[in-house]
Amino acid sequence: MATCWGFTLFLCMLLIACGGLSLASEEAETRNSQRDTGTASSSNTTGEGGHGVGPITTLPIVTWKWHHISTQYLVALWILVAWLCKLIIESNHHVTNVIPESALLICFGFVLGGMIWGADKVQTFTLTPTVFFYFLLPQVILDAGYHMPNKLFFTNLGAILVYAVIGTCWNAASLGLSLWGCHMGGLMADLDISLLQYLLFGSLMAAVDPVAVIAVFEQVHVNDVLFIIVFGESLLNDGVTVVLFNVFDGFVSLGGSQIDAAEIVKGIVSFFVVAFGGSLVGIAFGILISLLTRFTKNIQIIEPGFIFVMGYLSYLTAEMLSLSAILSTVFCGVLCQKYVRANMHEHSVQTVKYAMKVFANGSETIIFVFLGISAIDKIIWVWNTGFILLTVFFVFVYRFIGVFFLTWILNRYRLVPLEFIDQVIMSYGGLRGAVAYGLAVMLDENKIKEKNLMVCTTLIVVYCTVIWQGITMKPLVTWLKVKRAEVNELTLLEKMTNKMFNHTLVAIEDISGQIGHNYLRSKWKSFEEKWISWILMKPSARKKQDEVFNVFHQLNLKDAMEYVAEGERRGSLEFIRKESVAIDFRKKFESEYSEDMPDMRANMSNGHRATSTTREHIPSVSVEMHEHTMKAMTEAEAVNAHHLLDQHLYKSRKQHRHGFSRSDFIINKDEKEVQEIFKRTMKNRMESAKMGGSPKTIVKHTKKEHQRKMPKGKSISQTKLCYSGDEDFGFSEGDSASGYDLPYPSFPMRDSKPGGGIENSAFVSDLYSTDSLQTPPWLAEGELDSSMVAPSLRAQASPPTSPIEMRHLGLLRISTRSTDTKQMNNDQLPLPPTPPPPPPPSSHM
Amino acid sequence: MGSRASRLLREEEIEEIKKETGFSHSQITRLYSRFTSLDKGENGTLSREDFQRIPELAINPLGDRIINAFFPEGEDQVNFRGFMRTLAHFRPIEDNEKNKNPSATEPLNSRTNKLLFAFRLYDLDRDDKISRDELLQVLRMMVGVNISDEQLGSIADRTIQEADTNGDSCISFNEFIKASFVVNIHICTVVLVLVNI
Repeated sequence: MATCWGFTLFLCMLLIACGGLSLASEEAETRNSQRDTGTASSSNTTGEGGHGVGPITTLPIVTWKWHHISTQYLVALWILVAWLCKLIIESNHHVTNVIPESALLICFGFVLGGMIWGADKVQTFTLTPTVFFYFLLPQVILDAGYHMPNKLFFTNLGAILVYAVIGTCWNAASLGLSLWGCHMGGLMADLDISLLQYLLFGSLMAAVDPVAVIAVFEQVHVNDVLFIIVFGESLLNDGVTVVLFNVFDGFVSLGGSQIDAAEIVKGIVSFFVVAFGGSLVGIAFGILISLLTRFTKNIQIIEPGFIFVMGYLSYLTAEMLSLSAILSTVFCGVLCQKYVRANMHEHSVQTVKYAMKVFANGSETIIFVFLGISAIDKIIWVWNTGFILLTVFFVFVYRFIGVFFLTWILNRYRLVPLEFIDQVIMSYGGLRGAVAYGLAVMLDENKIKEKNLMVCTTLIVVYCTVIWQGITMKPLVTWLKVKRAEVNELTLLEKMTNKMFNHTLVAIEDISGQIGHNYLRSKWKSFEEKWISWILMKPSARKKQDEVFNVFHQLNLKDAMEYVAEGERRGSLEFIRKESVAIDFRKKFESEYSEDMPDMRANMSNGHRATSTTREHIPSVSVEMHEHTMKAMTEAEAVNAHHLLDQHLYKSRKQHRHGFSRSDFIINKDEKEVQEIFKRTMKNRMESAKMGGSPKTIVKHTKKEHQRKMPKGKSISQTKLCYSGDEDFGFSEGDSASGYDLPYPSFPMRDSKPGGGIENSAFVSDLYSTDSLQTPPWLAEGELDSSMVAPSLRAQASPPTSPIEMRHLGLLRISTRSTDTKQMNNDQLPLPPTPPPPPPPSSHM
Repeated sequence: MGSRASRLLREEEIEEIKKETGFSHSQITRLYSRFTSLDKGENGTLSREDFQRIPELAINPLGDRIINAFFPEGEDQVNFRGFMRTLAHFRPIEDNEKNKNPSATEPLNSRTNKLLFAFRLYDLDRDDKISRDELLQVLRMMVGVNISDEQLGSIADRTIQEADTNGDSCISFNEFIKASFVVNIHICTVVLVLVNI
């Protein structure tokens, strides 16, 4: 708290300082720069006379050259101030839990605006359409497009389009007509607004704003489908609004009398041309980016820059052709993401990802702050109670009507109908934002007399929706949910079971392939694999790309089996049952992922590349985060089990915000979790394979036993720390540590549970009796592979990218074949865990 | 793919499955096409390996347990009927079934059966009790690595303590149902999507 206020104070001081410095002395210039941002600096320099003002008598050592840099300086300063606001807001999560960040930023904007107003008596800084549309919006849109979860987006594209196009038109038309009706009815005082102008106003108010929506929805946890629908709608309907706006703007310019049927038809045609043309431009640029990244191998350093430049160019090109720039950028991002990620070096992919977030989040912050600042201006405040209140009311009501009506239609076709609560959230999430404001400011004062009233109304609507609906959204959701489920304090079992159901559901979805396993998609996929990838992807990337996951999966499985086979060959069956395998395993992976080993990392980077799409490597952030949670945990130790459980349960996929969360760096954690789970699963599978297809029982028990026995294995992260240094050493340590106490717990445990696995005592005995311990059905394949194909699957699937990995594996394999499997199988007497047979130490030197 | 699948599936078979599981015709054909695409051996049954090939399951903490739930006791193959029967647990509860008392001929997607499915996921040895060990195993699967065994143990103890009414330090199915009274049963329904518009 104290620090928070300290920051606030600091900020105020800074502002006053900069305000005093800049505003007082530079009023004229800044106003200049307001008018034409682009050329401001040049006009400044002319005013100053370029170099040296007047004759100088002596060489000045330093000179005060504020005029040279005033514009740039102010821009940078404002960015800093806006981001500092965010810093302050985010330093206190008690507040942001209640009030969404966007609302707080706007409030900060009020304060800042007030200060400027107090200093200047005029609002020097407002959000101008130029700045907004050309410098702030593009990166937000590009980010949204680039991080769009494509599958989800295209699965729901129908619904999204219906909401975005029909919904937006409905909003525009209904609002315009109703306001006009009320005007005719005399509810507003005398206003000079024609029907067309009402429609124009309606169209600019129609769009749900992506920036505001994401900001609020991120704090309310809604399911993915709902999120993507609202998010996709808000993205696409921006395009639609701009189109509508332009059409009506044209109509207004033409004047009511000029408009006949032909013009209206033209308007409709232009609507489609602009929308589809914009999308086409985007697609063209997306293809261009993809193609370009095929050839940027030699300039990896600036590789990421291409995405940004081309993305921006797609925006500008569409704008130049008077097509929909927003749609263009969205589709550019959506299209190129897959190929860009496959083509570029992994580091570049990471860079793009983070830089994108920085830009998007940064400009989002600036947008909100300036939305607030813009309000503090006497000129725009023209009050007309009827107009303003009716607008707010209609916006709210028609959103509800539109959503419910469209959903009603959609639900007749959707197989997953949107529920009532979803519809309420969708309607309530109809936040208007900066796009509406930007458009309102763009209105031509000469044509529209009441421009200021419109701007002012737009601002009020924006504040109402962002602040009011933003704040009440969360309580509303919880209230609705509570009504449905009546959640009290859940018991632990309930929590667990709920979580379990979540995981189960995800699994069932995966099994039933329900996320779009349909005819069209598979057709598209084969087409894409055949042609598009061929053109847009590097040959090397192409090979890896679609099978990456499978390969990774199989490699792990293989490695796992190698390890076990190795152990068996060494003659001790216990070896398998011992945690040493697991430890060794974990270590192996941890060291692969480990970032604390620069020298290894250098060698490993290639290895990362091979599987880059599945596991983006963890930047050091995650290590810190990890420590962070660790710390949090020790504190929580005293606290009750509920808290603990909540904190550590794996999230099921439903709760993952894929990549589209703009401020979510917890992504890393998720990935980490995924890796953890993956490793575990693989380990279990290979162990259960070894045990003859009865998964779980034995494995689990030994594991648990083991962990009980070794309190030092308390947290694997610790293990990681100790072991990641030297695999081989760790290997032997793990082996010997658990060497002698293991036989006892593992066998009795097994015996105590006759019938073993969930399913099949029969199966187990069957396997044992046929002495096919080594080759359960599915293992057989693998064994076959590894013994027959010399370079093995790994070599085929991912070319020997990492020398280390190859060497490591190669050595293992050699040792595998050096002994006769069958023979060893027969005399697998429990030899005492001899000086444990490390994978040849040379492998990592 | 869809057309091939529906050709292979006989109408009467569909009818039977429909009756048993309550899936609609199109859902069944769609799931059948999924079934055949999973069935790499093309012998009309799925093995564990077929399931394990689904990449997403490898990153599901309960993936393997759920796979196991598809296999009837003692078997390592599951045919389409069995596959559908398991999936049927996840159909949404229909309104008219909601208030029905648990009876012998309960549909697979009833609340009790859903809970039974979850219960089975815990209950490895099928003695109709969740022991502390079993609970611990599940916990261990569902939590991250950075939680200690002591903490986990205490969670398990508490969990049992909360749910155990007859003091045998195990959770029976009845106790499980009671303790899971407010488990949000709505979230344990998967609506199978054929084509999502």
